[in-house]
Amino acid sequence: MKPMEAIIGFVTKTFALAEMEVRKLRHDPTELLTRVVQPVLWLLVFGEVLSKVRAIPTGNLTYIEFLTPGILAQSVLFIAIFYGIAVIWERDLGIVHKFLASPTPRSALVLGKALSAGIRGLSQAVIIYLLAILLGVHLRWGVLEILGVLVLVMLGASVFSTLSLVIACLVRTRERFMGIGQLLTMPLFFASNALYPISLMPTWLQAIAGGNPLTYLVDALRLLMLPGYSAEFPLALDFGALILAMVILVLIGARLYPRLAR
Amino acid sequence: MDILTTDGLTKRFGTLTAVDSMTISLAEGEFFGLLGPNGAGKTTAIKMLITLLPPTSGSARVAGFDIRTHSSEVRRHIGYVPQLLSADGQLTGYENLLIFARLFDVPRNEIRSRAENALDFMGLKDAADTLVRKYSGGMIRRLEIAQSMLHRPKMLFLDEPTLGLDPVARRTVWEHLAKLREDFNTTIMMTTHYMDEADELCNRVAIMHLGRVVAIGTTATLKASIGKEGATLDDVFTHYTGGSLESAGGYRETSRIRRAAHRLG
Repeated sequence: MKPMEAIIGFVTKTFALAEMEVRKLRHDPTELLTRVVQPVLWLLVFGEVLSKVRAIPTGNLTYIEFLTPGILAQSVLFIAIFYGIAVIWERDLGIVHKFLASPTPRSALVLGKALSAGIRGLSQAVIIYLLAILLGVHLRWGVLEILGVLVLVMLGASVFSTLSLVIACLVRTRERFMGIGQLLTMPLFFASNALYPISLMPTWLQAIAGGNPLTYLVDALRLLMLPGYSAEFPLALDFGALILAMVILVLIGARLYPRLAR
Repeated sequence: MDILTTDGLTKRFGTLTAVDSMTISLAEGEFFGLLGPNGAGKTTAIKMLITLLPPTSGSARVAGFDIRTHSSEVRRHIGYVPQLLSADGQLTGYENLLIFARLFDVPRNEIRSRAENALDFMGLKDAADTLVRKYSGGMIRRLEIAQSMLHRPKMLFLDEPTLGLDPVARRTVWEHLAKLREDFNTTIMMTTHYMDEADELCNRVAIMHLGRVVAIGTTATLKASIGKEGATLDDVFTHYTGGSLESAGGYRETSRIRRAAHRLG
């Protein structure tokens, strides 16, 4: 096969898998509604209370403003990190076997799955924007900023769903996966800048937060969503860190995914 | 010409030899049955042939390509229907075909016509736009066979195609498989532990027991080989495996079969 044909095949197949996800959502969008609950609780209960306390210094932003992008990133993380359950389910049914018995590059299968999770994540952006309007959060409404947020949400969901796929390939059973999923979400969430600025953390936690993709997602989301936020890192670094994490995880995922069918 | 050949194909998992030195060949257009009790190594053998599982030793060529060195070419020329019902319930029948047509490089301008023809061929035309979770077990199986045929593979692998289906659905699947072979001259390798199924469909069968092929030949030759008047394939099976169909198969296997049966309703 010529290189050009291979590239076109790779892209077509990746998008075919993502299209499958869009079609599923079109048939049954109810799942998206159930995802409203968690961000509502975080913003309305946790956010409102902490706003009153004024315990966390957030510069020229109110705490609820500071928190809004953090909760968007958090809800993307919490949904994507359990994506591996669906992967194990597909393995149990033999869907994974059928994918693997097709002439689709393994990396296209993993990337297609990541993109699918990214598409599902977009609904979270819509929910958070609606909530933010209700709560009177000042947002940036430029087309480029909003497009940037959507791309970031897809990228973030892809990174964490691929991490989840990698874990699913390693642990292989739903029971073990659930345990590890639970174990991962909270440290990823708390060792990031989602709830408080990095500057408040002790040095050792700052180092961990620096290696956590969620930190870069939150930082970039804050910059693109909030007027007057001074970013912790340059936007290019935020995108770069997320893309790097994505590439590494897709490469690992592509190596491990075939193991599921053995 | 042989479309599939294996030479000493072996798979070991730790100390367990799941497939032990399998050497067989299939001519183009054959309907070949791989029989054996649960745990005999049938599924492992198929997984190696469709390149999902690397062999421990030995070699095999499928559709002219080596399964180790040209796995991607092998995949391009085969179709596979796994043991459990694996069509996506959240999509319609047509959409299930659409996605696989794209994964198998069916030319863009032919996707629609091939999918429609395949649905028609499998008697699913009226259910094309219905969500698969509303299909019966037999319909799902036929849809999966349609799915595996879209790219016109030279060879089709079916793993227990009628597991858990009711007798009427089984017969319909059989009819469609027979027609598939007649109309397209597709070579089919099927695993089953239903002897009547093998008798009805296969030109030739191999009986596997504890990872080894213990007998191979046409159903007529095998029946004649055991020296019993009016022997059935069941008799042949018992003769070569020395036990009943249900002797093997552990907890995992049983629970998989129960799950499949449960999904079929």
